[in-house]
Amino acid sequence: MAEISQGGGGGHKKGGKVRSKKTSTRIDMTPMVDLAFLLLTFFILTTTLSKPQTMEITMPEKPKPGDEPPEVNEKKVLTLVLDENDKVCWYVGIKDPEVKRVDFSKDGIRKVLIQKNSEIRDMIVLIKSLDVAKFKNFVDILDEMTICNIKRYAVVDATPVDKELVKEATL
Amino acid sequence: MAKVKMHRGTPSIDMTPMVDLAFLLVTFFMLTATATPDEPVQPAIPSSVSEIPIPERDMIIISISKDNKVFFTVDGQFTRAAMLQKMAGIYNLSFTPEEEHDFAVMTSFGVPVGSLQQFLSMDREERKKLEQPGIPVDSLHNELADWVLQARLSNPKVRIAIKGDGDATYPVVKKVINTLMDRKVNRFNLITGDEKFPTEMKLDKKPS
Repeated sequence: MAEISQGGGGGHKKGGKVRSKKTSTRIDMTPMVDLAFLLLTFFILTTTLSKPQTMEITMPEKPKPGDEPPEVNEKKVLTLVLDENDKVCWYVGIKDPEVKRVDFSKDGIRKVLIQKNSEIRDMIVLIKSLDVAKFKNFVDILDEMTICNIKRYAVVDATPVDKELVKEATL
Repeated sequence: MAKVKMHRGTPSIDMTPMVDLAFLLVTFFMLTATATPDEPVQPAIPSSVSEIPIPERDMIIISISKDNKVFFTVDGQFTRAAMLQKMAGIYNLSFTPEEEHDFAVMTSFGVPVGSLQQFLSMDREERKKLEQPGIPVDSLHNELADWVLQARLSNPKVRIAIKGDGDATYPVVKKVINTLMDRKVNRFNLITGDEKFPTEMKLDKKPS
């Protein structure tokens, strides 16, 4: 107790004014800056710049029983069958078509699509997929439709005929 | 020529601008950062040229993992709680309020509705370790269809997105799509990463 009265009140008793110390107001900011940079590094490293996007896809309504499937000219139909190992088989028409197998590169399926799109007026693309195909292939082929500006395409189930045709596909 | 005298002494630079910038960046990254919820699966999504951003709210996300398991999530705690109650009604189950709350704050899950109660009784760490079997999507026993329906009844604004792993095989994707089509959902989204639109194709009219 004695110490307290000596410290605080002591000076007052003497009559001298308490002077605030005139030291520089500088503080060492190094730790704060260190922390700031630490946080900066953390957020930069954890941030994800590319947000995932979405692809809108509209499927046709399921046909009611008794509905006749629409008839199309077989010469206008380009069928793509997604195969395993990132390959895709394609053929035009329905009767004894010549089946070719290409890959998903720029010179693969895209070349075919561009060429056929200019050759065939009102081309209809049927996208079929074998069970061994990957989801990636499916997205890629839908993507190619966007890239090649193909408006008329449909996703349909592969038939046993398609499975046989794919086996005979040539490069 | 006179020698250039080297200035000796502590070289001090004014670091104020640098620190200002650092703080600015920290603030920016802190504000833009979004906490990613820990999901049971992180599908490696394929890329596409599509540039439509995902809506952040009112989304049903159906994830398909690499090993072809199906997971389901919908955002919004109220939606989730309402959905669970409806599902409980259909499958003759009853959930305690704690379980309902647990379910409402959870992220995506991949367990059949029968073992959901057991799943909810686990704590967070146990759940993380558990290998979830995925939601049944077979045509005979399709729980995904019920989840989707109940989620849409609980929140009519909800939209559906499929977040599939690039290596998931097509049959499971087809099953999910068929499930949606059976419920008259003919419009949905596929979540993809970005990819540049090939420059040589830009000469054509780019689809909007």
